[in-house]
Amino acid sequence: MNGFDFIFLFVALVTLVSAFKVVTAPKLIHAALWLIVALFGVAMTYVLLNAAFLAVVQVVVYIGAIAILMIFAIMLTRKVMEDTGPQMNPNWGWAAILGAAFFAGLTWLLLKSGAEGAALPSLAADFDPIVELGQQLVSPNAYVLPFEVASVLLLAALIGAIVVAWEK
Amino acid sequence: MINLSWYLIFAAALFSIGLYGVLSRKNAVAILMGIELMLNAININLVAFWRYQDPTVITGQVFAVIVFAVAAAEVAVGLALVISLYRRKNTVVANDINLLKW
Amino acid sequence: MSNPILQISQWFEGLLLGWGLAEGFVLVLMQAIGAFVVIMVGFTTVIALIWFERKLAGRLQDRLGPNRAGPYGLFQPFADIIKMFTKEDTTPAGADKVPFNIAPVLMVASVLFIWAVIPFAASVVGTDISVGVLYIVAVGSFGIVAALMAGWSSNNKFALLGAYRAVAQMVAYEVPMVLVLLIPVLLARSMNLSDIVNAQSTWFVVIAPLAALIFLISSMAEVGRAPFDLIEAESEIVAGFHTEYSGMKFGMFYVGEFLHVWTVGALISVLFLGGWNGPGVDTYPLLGVLYFFIKTFFGYFVISWIRLSVPRIRIDQMQAFNWKFLTPLALVILMVTAVLDKSLELAGVTSLGYTLAMLAANLVIGWITIEILKKIEPTKARQEFPHRPVAVAPKPTEN
Repeated sequence: MNGFDFIFLFVALVTLVSAFKVVTAPKLIHAALWLIVALFGVAMTYVLLNAAFLAVVQVVVYIGAIAILMIFAIMLTRKVMEDTGPQMNPNWGWAAILGAAFFAGLTWLLLKSGAEGAALPSLAADFDPIVELGQQLVSPNAYVLPFEVASVLLLAALIGAIVVAWEK
Repeated sequence: MINLSWYLIFAAALFSIGLYGVLSRKNAVAILMGIELMLNAININLVAFWRYQDPTVITGQVFAVIVFAVAAAEVAVGLALVISLYRRKNTVVANDINLLKW
Repeated sequence: MSNPILQISQWFEGLLLGWGLAEGFVLVLMQAIGAFVVIMVGFTTVIALIWFERKLAGRLQDRLGPNRAGPYGLFQPFADIIKMFTKEDTTPAGADKVPFNIAPVLMVASVLFIWAVIPFAASVVGTDISVGVLYIVAVGSFGIVAALMAGWSSNNKFALLGAYRAVAQMVAYEVPMVLVLLIPVLLARSMNLSDIVNAQSTWFVVIAPLAALIFLISSMAEVGRAPFDLIEAESEIVAGFHTEYSGMKFGMFYVGEFLHVWTVGALISVLFLGGWNGPGVDTYPLLGVLYFFIKTFFGYFVISWIRLSVPRIRIDQMQAFNWKFLTPLALVILMVTAVLDKSLELAGVTSLGYTLAMLAANLVIGWITIEILKKIEPTKARQEFPHRPVAVAPKPTEN
């Protein structure tokens, strides 16, 4: 077990524990703060996978925008969701069983498929994923259409959010 | 020691936790948080597959970027809906809005 | 002895290896020492900055500033530090303790994170990552989280209002800031800060003056300094999100703010003023550190100067200024710069012609903006009073 493995296990453990806190914390604002930790853990996982650009974008988009929006929404709607009451559905037990079964099934499938044998391909020293990603995203032969559709989607979401939340 | 399956199991665990959150929580904002966890788990899978297959083929990262965009759009509209519901029906509990009408 | 810092680090690394330590451990240890040194440089600079800012504030407001502790009041910051440390550390009743205590640390950390990627000289840089500019934006969002945590966990309505204001302002001003950050990236063809510095044989402030101006304004708003200090407006919401903090926890917010301003100066220096570029850098690389600090100090001085000269704006003015002025302008200059850059490259002009064309384009955009602003009617929020001379006594009425 070398340093890299240790770092991965540490990051994975922190992420999973904070994710668990997200879904179980009795106070919603604490859930949102734990969500920030979990999202940061995912960003660290991207760093371990040599995807520095995605890691940074993860922090910008998820922590800088989405988590902040969540906290704002929680604060704005706090009056009706008093922190004392139960935050769980009555049938949360079934949800737990389903989640556990889902995890067990996925793990069984993964172990059966034999993916654990895949070796890590080495990255060329001069290969920078960000250059490749940038070119592919705007290249007509590659992903320019999904990229543009995504931007249209974002614009539509922007307008939609304003229209929906508009106080008449 | 760490290989592809570790990342995949990690992502599967994160996804299952998110699924549990979506199914068990009452508050609509908390449900959205669970959905975010699930999307993140999928992104980990995409990036792990990119890294462990051929890293010169960037498709996995492109997919992840698109997922980022979709997640941002989803949260913006979802939270706008929550705020709007709170204003009109004074509730953010998902069970109270099962009529799907005002 | 062209590069003492590199030589010292190599000598120290050799010493550690000579003691028989494992190579990986030495690598981690060297990185940790490097991070520690960078942080200590940051904190030490802040001590000097606090003295300088107070002295400057005094001079600009026609008074002396601190002059009791030591010559020219030089020991005033140390007296402040001792005061901060000895103050009682209070926690309000009903506070959410863990976020309450994490928030100040996160606030300082969000600024110190930026220092990891700033190139002080050609070879003196913490980590040379390929997404440096985006990294700066990313770690800035921790500051927003910290403000929100501090405001919420204090269990105080003024703190919560301050946090709302802080988040509204920081998130809003991030938009034009990110847009103009793309312009140095576009001109240098790289997000790596060292590459951006290397690309500035002509300073980017000459090629893109409007971008530099928008970056200055929006980062001042990010920091929350006057005229954008309505997130801690004393006359309205006591002290904003750090109302309930005292002692060293308040000190951390205070230090974080000064360090943030200094960091903004450093970013202006790196992105627009050529970083460590200057005469004689090729032969003496360490001279670059001096140039870098002079430019950074210039940026800091300008921000302090504006802070001490301009009154606070209202919250509606703050949002209107961002969304109706800065963001459209940033979008326009980004598009014009991109199109012009590509067409000049295709036309094959010399670097002097390129610079002049870019400068001309910026001046034209600036002129058009001013003309448009002149056309727009000023809002009628201000009430006009008839002129009344101050020093004349009112006429006695006959009754």
